[in-house]
Amino acid sequence: MSAAWTAVLVVGLATVAIKAAGPVLAGGRELPQSSARVVNLLAPALLAALVATQAFASDESLVVDERGAGLAAAGVAILLRAPLLLVVVVAAVTAATLRAIS
Amino acid sequence: MSLTTFAGSAQFAIVSVLGAGGTAAAAIAAAILLNLRYGPMALSAASVFRGGKLRRLLEAQLLVDESWALAQRDGRFDRRVMIGAGLALYVGWSTGTAVGVLAGDSLGDPATLGLDAAFPALFLALLSPLLRNRNALAAALIGAGIALALTPITPAGIPVIAATAACLVGLRRPAPEGQEKRA
Repeated sequence: MSAAWTAVLVVGLATVAIKAAGPVLAGGRELPQSSARVVNLLAPALLAALVATQAFASDESLVVDERGAGLAAAGVAILLRAPLLLVVVVAAVTAATLRAIS
Repeated sequence: MSLTTFAGSAQFAIVSVLGAGGTAAAAIAAAILLNLRYGPMALSAASVFRGGKLRRLLEAQLLVDESWALAQRDGRFDRRVMIGAGLALYVGWSTGTAVGVLAGDSLGDPATLGLDAAFPALFLALLSPLLRNRNALAAALIGAGIALALTPITPAGIPVIAATAACLVGLRRPAPEGQEKRA
């Protein structure tokens, strides 16, 4: 079996197990209040980390490029209570425009 | 691969490691590190999954960054939104992969269209309604800080996983009663 197919198979199985662990073991019941407070904060922590890495990480270095400008424009759109789709379009158009003129 | 590992970033990791002449083991390690983030994501949504173990196992497979983020509704996790978004993404992603294989060269660079800027914007838009109390804001800021600080010094995938440590602020500073009720 080639390296690529080995990787595809192993990673596929591992990903299924990782995704299923929480819902299979802890699904269908409420968590105790103290752990619920911590688990509820997983969402903002993970989302913020995704925002930061998707906007400013390039491989293993930090860069401020057109994505950062798009993110700033998206932030303004969010403050102006723009709908979700518009926020995303504003960011993409901002980045594309800056790239086109630079 | 789009069919078996429903997780785009891991696919890109495998392709880039193998493409750079890396071994299968290195590619596997990089991809699994990236996908470890689904552990805490799925855990944060665990209480809304219903039914038997097999059903929960299958439904959990539809969890990816985007479906998980879209299912965050007013501080709760909407299982049906995640399943709907997950199915739509799965079909779109698999079809898109096939189209890309057949017609990839005729497409331009997605960066020209600013598509790479769309994802952080989407995640920011989904994050903002969650920031209703001080703990959530602290968790977000610390999470982003950890991710940025680790990006230059750790392999891809580690920063986002390490950022989950920020949720521990929930232990240290319980939110005042009034805010807790709305959360």
